[in-house]
Amino acid sequence: MAHASPYTAMDFYDVDALLTEEDRIVRDTVRSFVDAEILPDIRRHFRDGTFPLDLIPRFGEMGLLGSQLEGYGCAGMSYTAYGVICREMERGDSGARSFCSVQSSLVMYPIHRYGSEEQKRKWLPEMAAGRKIGCFGLTEPDFGSNPGGMATTAKTVKGGFVLNGNKYWITNASIADLSLVWARLDGGTIRGFLVEKGTKGCTPEEIRGKYSLRASDTSGIVLEDCFVPSDAILPEGVGLKAPLSCLDSARYGIAWGAVGAAQACFDEALRYAKTRIQFDRPIASFQLVQNKFAEMLTWITSAQLQAWRLGRLWDEGTHEPAHTSLAKRHNVEMALKVGRTCRDILGASGITEEYAALRHVLNLESVITYEGTHDIHGLILGERITGIPAFKG
Amino acid sequence: MKIAVCIKRVPDTTAKVRIAADGKTVDPAGVEWVIGPYEEIALEAALKLKEAGKAEKVTVLCLGPKEATKELRTALAMGADDAVLLVDGGGERDAAAVAGALAAEAKGLGADLLLFGWKAIDTDQASVPHLAAAILERPCVSFVTKLEAGDGRLLCHREVEGGTEALEVPLPCVLTAQKGLAEPRYASLKGIMAAKKKPLVEKPAPAAAAAVRTERLSLPPERPPGRILGQGVDAVPELVRLLRDEAKLL
Ligand SMILES: Cc1cc2nc3c(=O)[nH]c(=O)nc-3n(C[C@H](O)[C@H](O)[C@H](O)COP(=O)(O)OP(=O)(O)OC[C@H]3O[C@@H](n4cnc5c(N)ncnc54)[C@H](O)[C@@H]3O)c2cc1C
Repeated sequence: MAHASPYTAMDFYDVDALLTEEDRIVRDTVRSFVDAEILPDIRRHFRDGTFPLDLIPRFGEMGLLGSQLEGYGCAGMSYTAYGVICREMERGDSGARSFCSVQSSLVMYPIHRYGSEEQKRKWLPEMAAGRKIGCFGLTEPDFGSNPGGMATTAKTVKGGFVLNGNKYWITNASIADLSLVWARLDGGTIRGFLVEKGTKGCTPEEIRGKYSLRASDTSGIVLEDCFVPSDAILPEGVGLKAPLSCLDSARYGIAWGAVGAAQACFDEALRYAKTRIQFDRPIASFQLVQNKFAEMLTWITSAQLQAWRLGRLWDEGTHEPAHTSLAKRHNVEMALKVGRTCRDILGASGITEEYAALRHVLNLESVITYEGTHDIHGLILGERITGIPAFKG
Repeated sequence: MKIAVCIKRVPDTTAKVRIAADGKTVDPAGVEWVIGPYEEIALEAALKLKEAGKAEKVTVLCLGPKEATKELRTALAMGADDAVLLVDGGGERDAAAVAGALAAEAKGLGADLLLFGWKAIDTDQASVPHLAAAILERPCVSFVTKLEAGDGRLLCHREVEGGTEALEVPLPCVLTAQKGLAEPRYASLKGIMAAKKKPLVEKPAPAAAAAVRTERLSLPPERPPGRILGQGVDAVPELVRLLRDEAKLL
């Protein structure tokens, strides 16, 4: 579909030629959707700190939620296609991509992989259609990079479990119909629990005053003697590796998403630099400005290639978590560098909401922290390289 | 009713068009290609007729390069039933030759309704549909903004200066779609998956021919730089004079 904005994705090495025809149709479709449905109103949502809720069923109609999963109303597309969706969504705003990441990778994926047949039938088709929203509660106020230390507990009682604790920094928690809460069961291993909206003793609390990812809901979850029935536990998936596997899949999407944010900033800054006149010439004609574009083009191109190759590894099933860490770490830092450089090229205009660069930069400050901080991924790679874990100093 | 929708693969509306070394064609390097926006409207109108039970089949038809399978798959993902690509073997082909190839194919398909966008946004000629209608000796209504199917007939609306014209046309016929006829849908991912299994036939287009030949293409002249007439109230009389005498806006 012809798209409504003057956006041209910088793709210097024609990396998209490596995509299948089907993935390119996905790209075009999502790109037009972002132009027509997300971008026109994103500034208002960012300003007001709201998520465009009306778009969720539209995401569902298009099949963007849980697109990488098979059956249960999901589209069953490749991981590469999922990556392309994330990239195009994040070209609009990280908030939109975050929504898809949480729904697809952090809630639908664990239900699909670790859930019972009943849980799958109950939740997956509704979530794929965008009629139900999910959130993923792993992080706690005192346990971020070290989720294994979590203090939230689940106690086996007659007919079910009682949950107690606090989850914090949880995307979508205030708008979720279903919270997937991770808790330590009876002092032993970490397990996942499906807590439905309105369950007594489970209260979301919105986090206010964010400078970043404003067009996305980020909230805490307070669990006070919250009873859930025995069929609320995810039967498979025991221990920390279960939530970590979800993060792996979400990080994969972030590695692609960051490319979209960078391409958005690059395109905007390039158009600006060609028309902004200083010293009687377009600023694009100055060597220093050209060098900035040359650097950015190089960064974006290597990030594109990493995302593409990682997609292949996922589709072939030969990926390991450290592969995903590398691309998440590299691509988000790359996007932040591109975003900041573009902001600089835009001069004073770049600090206003007229331009997208600073919004992307602010968003990426969350993206570089969540799903494993930049340095935590460095440690994961460090362990992979040396065989020595360095998490404890 | 069987519908054939002719779609053209065109450079994306935002693409920066460069002229190729031959001076007569568009340089394809770095250009993103899409289904022409008016063709998309035509396709949506066809899909609506099918969903309303007024048409049993929607075929998309394209004369274009081999790469146009992407645009045809997109159309199949939106909901068309099958697709035919007449693969262009190169050489110049004027509007009459394009119309001839499409008309012959549409006839072979047994299409009762042949739908086009009113123009292709790359060449901007708006001639192929009418030539195809003439070749097929079928009635033609252009710039359709509303379409209803009756018994063996179609009711079409078109916008005319200051009002609307309602026309009735018997099948088989040729129509061209104008903005407003339908709002194209997004292909869904499930549609994209389903499209992989739908039939897409590729066959060579008839040999190219052109009575009308492209002499050369040229880009519009650079816009002259802006002029600063002065500052404040003093500049107003000169501004008004230029708006009246030069720009002829007043
Ligand atoms: C907008 C947003 C949305 C989020 N959404 C979710 C969600 O949906 N679900 C969820 O569960 N969580 C979510 N999170 C939480 C996110 O995953 C955590 O913020 C992240 O894991 C980091 O934890 P922390 O903020 O507690 O930082 P800390 O772990 O306190 O880290 C602070 C700093 O210390 C460094 N550091 C920590 N440990 C080490 C070490 N061993 N060696 C060297 N450096 C170290 C870090 O790299 C970082 O620079 C979200 C966060 C944000 C900002």
